[in-house]
Amino acid sequence: MNATLEIEKKKHSNIMKESPEANPKSGPGNIVEASGFSVYYGKFHAVKNVSLGLERGKVTAIIGPSGCGKSTFLRCINRMNDLVEGCKTTGLLALEGIDIYHPRLDVVELRRRVGMVFQRPNPFPKSIYDNVAYGVRLKGAIRKSELDDIVEMSLRRAALWDEVKDRLNANAIGMSGGQQQRLCIARALAISPEVLLMDEPCSALDPKSTARIEDLIAELAGEYTIAIVTHNMQQAARVSDFTAFFYEGNLVEFGETKIIFTNPKNKATNDYITGRFG
Amino acid sequence: MNSHLRKDLEKLKTQILKVAISVEENVRKSVKALRELSPALACEVINADYDIDKLEVDTEEECLKILALHQPVASDLRFVITVLKINNELEHIGDMASNIAKRVSFIRTENPVPIPFDIETMTSRTVYMLKTSIDAFLQSDELLAIGVCSDDAIVDEENRRCYGNVAEGIKNNPDSAMCYINYLLVSKALERIADLCTNIAEDIIYMKRSLIVRHNMKDAIERIKSEYE
Repeated sequence: MNATLEIEKKKHSNIMKESPEANPKSGPGNIVEASGFSVYYGKFHAVKNVSLGLERGKVTAIIGPSGCGKSTFLRCINRMNDLVEGCKTTGLLALEGIDIYHPRLDVVELRRRVGMVFQRPNPFPKSIYDNVAYGVRLKGAIRKSELDDIVEMSLRRAALWDEVKDRLNANAIGMSGGQQQRLCIARALAISPEVLLMDEPCSALDPKSTARIEDLIAELAGEYTIAIVTHNMQQAARVSDFTAFFYEGNLVEFGETKIIFTNPKNKATNDYITGRFG
Repeated sequence: MNSHLRKDLEKLKTQILKVAISVEENVRKSVKALRELSPALACEVINADYDIDKLEVDTEEECLKILALHQPVASDLRFVITVLKINNELEHIGDMASNIAKRVSFIRTENPVPIPFDIETMTSRTVYMLKTSIDAFLQSDELLAIGVCSDDAIVDEENRRCYGNVAEGIKNNPDSAMCYINYLLVSKALERIADLCTNIAEDIIYMKRSLIVRHNMKDAIERIKSEYE
């Protein structure tokens, strides 16, 4: 076994309830790695034999027409599909070399390390403060001053602090859609994830709020590994370092965004991003 | 977005084709005016250049509109960028044709001298390069484009020879210096047209494979040729 992987495995062994087998294919640059990974909903083969790595600290956009399996793939990275009846996976999907679908994996810890932001902002009907503090409190008892610091830091990272610092006790439901989405990002950041999954995070937002989220993605890149599913080609081109094109469950092409959007190797990729189909 | 963009790209292709046809026709006419020393034909060329300038501006505006409204990517983006560049190069070629036409009236009124370059080789080769570069663009044919680049050396060599002949001609026949200088300007304009055709060919290679070959054309030609062998 690769020495780096062995170290990583030890460092993050708390994710496993018992010692797992690390993925020998995981490269040191990739924090998430899929290898021959498939997802089925009953008999429907939604993601087909996908091999793909998310590079640490980089933004990867996942694009493709509706029903191509991109959201399914994204949701598998923090096992959001576990409760979907008939959902089954084969192959390997690993976080730092550790099999995400290992039966002994601690899913709560996985979701702490892999945060998620959804298409529609979904704040809890609680105060702004409590929304951000919620996940942190779940981790265990924490001093008030420490929690205050985490809430402030998370709201600052989500570029929301200046707008809400004087009304932290106000109900989050009263915020605008764009603010709610940034609050959800702050809530995800508060538990110090390493990977942030974003499933069409701007599709319900106006252009100004979209621009703020895109700026935020650029600011968070480097510190966090981000995977974003989007139907907006320009957004994928603007915010990501790498782009993966999915079609009918297959990963058709994966590469640097600047290459995918100027000179894709695959005709289907070219046809999709130029709007000839999909 | 899809059908709107398709329609606009088709329109752009027709538009650049109009520019190309007008420029090619004007270059042919300028060469004819030079061979026949025809001031009427030369005048036609100079007037037609104003229409070419207008077409060039229209085409550029169409490109800018597509970029602003559709934000094209991949092959569509490369197509629009290539049209933008080729449009500019064709307009310069049009200017060169006009320059040649302007020399005709000077040459006619000066003491006649033997043409200091091989007019047949130089004009036919330059016109052929222009035609081929336009064909290569319309057919997206990078092998045709490479052929254009190879031909440039012939025109360059003829221009160099002209320079020597003009220097010697002026030394031996100083009374005809103006006529020699005008022929040298014609030769330079033809050589410039050939250079611009080479630029068009390079743009076509970019359009086809997203490769900027401007500064290492030799290597690129070898690589592309070997792929087709």
